[in-house]
Amino acid sequence: MAQQHDIYYVPSKSQWPIVAAVVMFLTMFGAAHWLNAEPGESGFGKTVITLGAVGVIGMFFGWFHSVIKESLAGLYNPQVDTSFRMGMMWFIFSEVMFFGAFFGALFYIRNFSVPWLGGEGHGVLTHQFLYDSYSGAWGAAGGNGPLHVGGPFSTVAPWGLPLLNTVILLSSSVTVTIAHHALRGGHRGRILLFLGLTVLLGASFLFFQAHEYMEAYKELNLTLHSGVYGSTFFMLTGFHGLHVTLGTIMLAVIWLRVLKGHFSKEHHFGFEAVAWYWHFVDVVWLCLFLFVYIL
Amino acid sequence: MTSGSIRTDAPRTHRGRTAGIRRIVAASLALVLALGAGLAQADPHPWQLNMTRGSTTWSGEAYFLNNVALGVCVVIGVLVFGAMFIAMFRFRKSRGAVAEKWSHNTTVEIIWTAIPVIILVVLAWMSTGGLVSFANTTGAQMTVKVTGYQWKWRYDYVDYLGKPVSKVDYMSKLDALSDKTRQLDSGMDPYAVKTGDENTYLLNVDKPLVLPIHTKIRFVITSDDVIHSWWVPEFGWKMDAIPGIVNTAWTNISKPGTYRGQCAELCGQDHGFMPIVVKAVSPEDFAKWLAAQQQANAPAAPAPAASAAAPATAQVAPAGSGEHG
Amino acid sequence: MAHEAAHDHHDDHHHAPQGFFQRWVMSTNHKDIGTLYLIFSLTMFFIGGSFAMVIRAELFKPGLQLVQPYFFNEMTTMHALVMIFGAIMPSFVGLGNWMIPLMIGAPDMALPRMNNLSFWILPFAFALLLSTLFLPGGGPAGGWTMYPPLSLQSGSLAYAVFAIHLMGISSIMGAINIIATILNMRAPGMDLLKMPVFVWSWLITAFLLIAVMPVLAGAVTMLLTDKYFGTSFFNPHGGGDPVLYQHVFWFFGHPEVYIMILPAFGIISEIIPTFARKPIFGYRAMVYAIACIAFLSFIVWAHHMFAVGMPVGADIFFMYATMLIAVPTGVKVFNWVATMWGGSMTFETPMLFAIAFVILFTIGGFSGLMLALVPADFQYHDTYFVVAHFHYVLVTGAAFAIMAATYYWLPKWTGHMYSEFWGKVHFWCSVVFVNVLFFPQHFLGLAGMPRRIPDYNVAFADFNMISSIGGFLFGASQLIFLGVIVHCAFFSKKKATDRVWEGARGLEWTLPSPPPHHSFTVPPVVHDEELAHGHVSD
Ligand code: HEA
Ligand code: HEA
Ligand code: CUA
Ligand SMILES: [Cu+2]
Repeated sequence: MAQQHDIYYVPSKSQWPIVAAVVMFLTMFGAAHWLNAEPGESGFGKTVITLGAVGVIGMFFGWFHSVIKESLAGLYNPQVDTSFRMGMMWFIFSEVMFFGAFFGALFYIRNFSVPWLGGEGHGVLTHQFLYDSYSGAWGAAGGNGPLHVGGPFSTVAPWGLPLLNTVILLSSSVTVTIAHHALRGGHRGRILLFLGLTVLLGASFLFFQAHEYMEAYKELNLTLHSGVYGSTFFMLTGFHGLHVTLGTIMLAVIWLRVLKGHFSKEHHFGFEAVAWYWHFVDVVWLCLFLFVYIL
Repeated sequence: MTSGSIRTDAPRTHRGRTAGIRRIVAASLALVLALGAGLAQADPHPWQLNMTRGSTTWSGEAYFLNNVALGVCVVIGVLVFGAMFIAMFRFRKSRGAVAEKWSHNTTVEIIWTAIPVIILVVLAWMSTGGLVSFANTTGAQMTVKVTGYQWKWRYDYVDYLGKPVSKVDYMSKLDALSDKTRQLDSGMDPYAVKTGDENTYLLNVDKPLVLPIHTKIRFVITSDDVIHSWWVPEFGWKMDAIPGIVNTAWTNISKPGTYRGQCAELCGQDHGFMPIVVKAVSPEDFAKWLAAQQQANAPAAPAPAASAAAPATAQVAPAGSGEHG
Repeated sequence: MAHEAAHDHHDDHHHAPQGFFQRWVMSTNHKDIGTLYLIFSLTMFFIGGSFAMVIRAELFKPGLQLVQPYFFNEMTTMHALVMIFGAIMPSFVGLGNWMIPLMIGAPDMALPRMNNLSFWILPFAFALLLSTLFLPGGGPAGGWTMYPPLSLQSGSLAYAVFAIHLMGISSIMGAINIIATILNMRAPGMDLLKMPVFVWSWLITAFLLIAVMPVLAGAVTMLLTDKYFGTSFFNPHGGGDPVLYQHVFWFFGHPEVYIMILPAFGIISEIIPTFARKPIFGYRAMVYAIACIAFLSFIVWAHHMFAVGMPVGADIFFMYATMLIAVPTGVKVFNWVATMWGGSMTFETPMLFAIAFVILFTIGGFSGLMLALVPADFQYHDTYFVVAHFHYVLVTGAAFAIMAATYYWLPKWTGHMYSEFWGKVHFWCSVVFVNVLFFPQHFLGLAGMPRRIPDYNVAFADFNMISSIGGFLFGASQLIFLGVIVHCAFFSKKKATDRVWEGARGLEWTLPSPPPHHSFTVPPVVHDEELAHGHVSD
């Protein structure tokens, strides 16, 4: 092992990439087929997606299994570790840009397209010729556009569940940091406790989010179809929710790995990567809370 | 040849070269102008090399900028490519050239950063003027609403000389002969599609848009389905027709004539087959034409074109409701 | 060099490639994966090129002779998607995969398994995309830009969207890998400002990729939900705006076109000094210019939208920002010329392509500058003038640079020399016919021929016929390219030396040709005279 430490570990051939490519393809192909299916067609698309999705999960297990094995075998020197860190950081940056596209859309819609439809500034003629009774207000008053697509709706009040969820996510960021410190200090019990708490907080966030969605659909008539208000609301919070789900699963896996004793005081990149991801999800939520709920 | 000798004779060649360059520049400018001058003619014609001068008060802006920018690029191109070719002949190994060692020179780097900046500032200044005058749609004496459909245009005359116009609206689509000829394996000859002695294959419609000359006409442009773009090259601009959005543009035609254009935004399978034809006439003729149209449409129930075309969903302000007079 | 022995030793106790499947499908080797990328992109070049041949054949003369208009639109759309995402981008990734580790003295890419996944996603993504041509609803036919609402009419939108998602995932992973490799795997002594310009260009390109591919993913996701899930992003009735799509798309799209040209700049900056036998002029300025172009590329996107009816202020802003790009690009062009000035030049095939690149790319840049002038763009927009512009920058720019790179490094990759004679034949045919193909399109555009039309008025007939003839001949010339590559890889008897080119500098030339399966497993000691072309006296 000793001499392994100063050479960069290049894994030998691996089946996981091609498996990953195949299962990703199956998922996407199945999804496309399903979306395009004529009503009453057989469930071919759904079968393929299911196959693909199960495959993706299996692939992740397999791939990470090899990585963990190599890591435990001490094959990764600090330089390899740096590669992983950079990989994770730039991956998170790509996620930031993905959310950026949707936040950018929200920004454009709120500051330009909706006011223009309402006759402000550049939109005078559009208003005059097409939508002369539309106010161009945001929220329940006009967020679903001049034709009130999806019918009248009410918005989710920020100071109820969303506030609670903000508190939950913020405290989960604190607990994950405490767990990180505990890890550096080597206090196993404390890690398990606080990491476990983080997982629970993540899960309760998801629970409340689901609750909020149900309320929106049933009581507020705020749906994905509620014009562009509904579109931005559900796409932004939905993609965020998806990321929280992934993050929670990742945290749970890390909890199990702590239980199995995979991490040492110095060597715990897996833990850190997930913590970064969790902080990222947290920051996205703060932006959502501000731009989607409050403003 | 040593590198020293290359350096010492550099100034001499430089002088020799400038004279040559001046000749080339003069020649190319002459060419550019010739292209421009020969082509002040409406509608595309075979072997046309340059943009049309256009036939409106504004269209010269686009044409002028095009020529200036082209001239600038030709000059820079001649200089840069000229230097390159000189380098390729002088500094080839087969002629015994020995590579020099230098690899930068702050003075020339500053010069060739600064000169483009100056050129660009001038170009930017000229374009800004043209753009600002285009954006000014105030003071229009007439409004026409243009609506794109897959794959035809609808024209509503909204107001003229401060008075609302009612019930003058119609569809305008590819003429029947072109339409027959353009079918796959029609066996018909595109060269045989003529109006007078002008070939109008795919550039002719059943009912052209009639407009008066010497009148500032405001267009309000929208669409009923997908994005189209309303483009008559002789006017010097195109403007997208976007469903649910109204764009605006203006023109002031200088001479009577028939001006042809095409839809300029991909809008589905027949995107290539939705031409635009504008018939520009004197204001007097226009007034007569308009009156005749109004007469023809007045007594009848809503014209078929209008009712068929009224967008089912959008709350379209009735054409000619007069609110913009 | 001394590394050789070490690699051989390393090779046989460690995963020497076994079966065909294991070597090529389960690979973690940057050279093999690079080869896969290059083969894939060449295949896609031919597929995309065949679509272009259909376009040119239909446009050969007025009247519809061969295809229905809808199919023509499918061809235009697929041609562009295949060329951009299938041919140009993967070939740059392939070149990066092969050369970056060799140029910076790294044992492999930073994340070798992920590297293989980045590649293998691509064939599946394109299978998904191309399969739509055979579906009952037909393939996407709204242009590669996929503007709604038109693109929402396409029956197979979901397939195209998911294919783009896959391509995006592949590009992002590839880019992450390249950044991590460059920042983390350089041999000691290979400082950032000593790296070859090609490596620099890729570092910045990779950053652009990570920044904009997710935005494209967002844009097409909104298309997907608008079509299948009832959202209203692009529907004004619900408060959305079709123009919003264009903003998001071009926020991706403009950096995307620089993604397709910056690595080309890098390649040219390697080749010209080699054959001029003189260090690159203004190394630092070259690097800063690339960074500057990359930065500006984020604030010019709406120059594709001058005809959508934006507020004048926006038109003016985007016009000025766009024009600014001419300055750093000009610096690059002038520096290439200055590198040649005072050199000792020879004109092997890579150099010929590089010189053609400098001239023809600049012509494409000039027409770009003309397009940036808003009042003139009111006329140019969506005409063949634009088509001429972007083929000059993409074909005689990006694709010529890739061809130059292929000739330049092929002897290193295969260990054999290609046929210089046939290389030159390929060059001269290409450079002549490509101009016959695309130059007349400027005239067509100026005379008023819109793009994306299957048929046209007879006034446009002459130049279209010339263009089509040029197109067929240019296409046919590419068969020579294929021939030269196949000959070099399998039949050439002439061994390549390690350095291959007299004036070549840089670590990759210190390795044998072909390099061992695993190179630089022990980081090399970098001597300054082995460094690539910059920094001699900088
Ligand atoms: C590799 C790809 C590539 C590159 C490098 C460029 C480079 C540039 N492009 Fe291009 N462009 C495309 C690919 C590319 N483009 C594509 C694909 C489209 C169409 C997309 C679609 O609609 O489908 C397009 C469309 C396009 C448009 C929209 C046209 C329209 O639809 O109406 C515009 C408008 O501004 C534009 C401008 C420019 C400019 C200013 C540059 C500049 O970067 C060029 C800078 C270079 C030079 C200017 C030459 C060298 C400089 C000098 C020698 C210095 C001195 C020069 C001067 C002072 C003039 N491009
Ligand atoms: C990225 C790069 C790229 C490349 C390399 C090319 C390469 C070519 N393109 Fe490109 N093209 C685009 C990107 C590219 N294009 C884009 C982005 C668009 C816009 C699409 C849109 O509007 O949405 C476009 C649109 C476009 C149009 C306009 C279509 C329209 O508006 O309807 C045309 C028309 O001439 C055209 C032609 C060609 C030709 C002839 C080549 C040639 O260079 C191709 C040469 C290669 C081959 C031909 C293949 C190799 C040879 C064979 C297969 C052998 C057999 C052939 C023969 C014997 C003849 N392209
Ligand atoms: Cu209508 Cu193109
Ligand atoms: Cu651009």
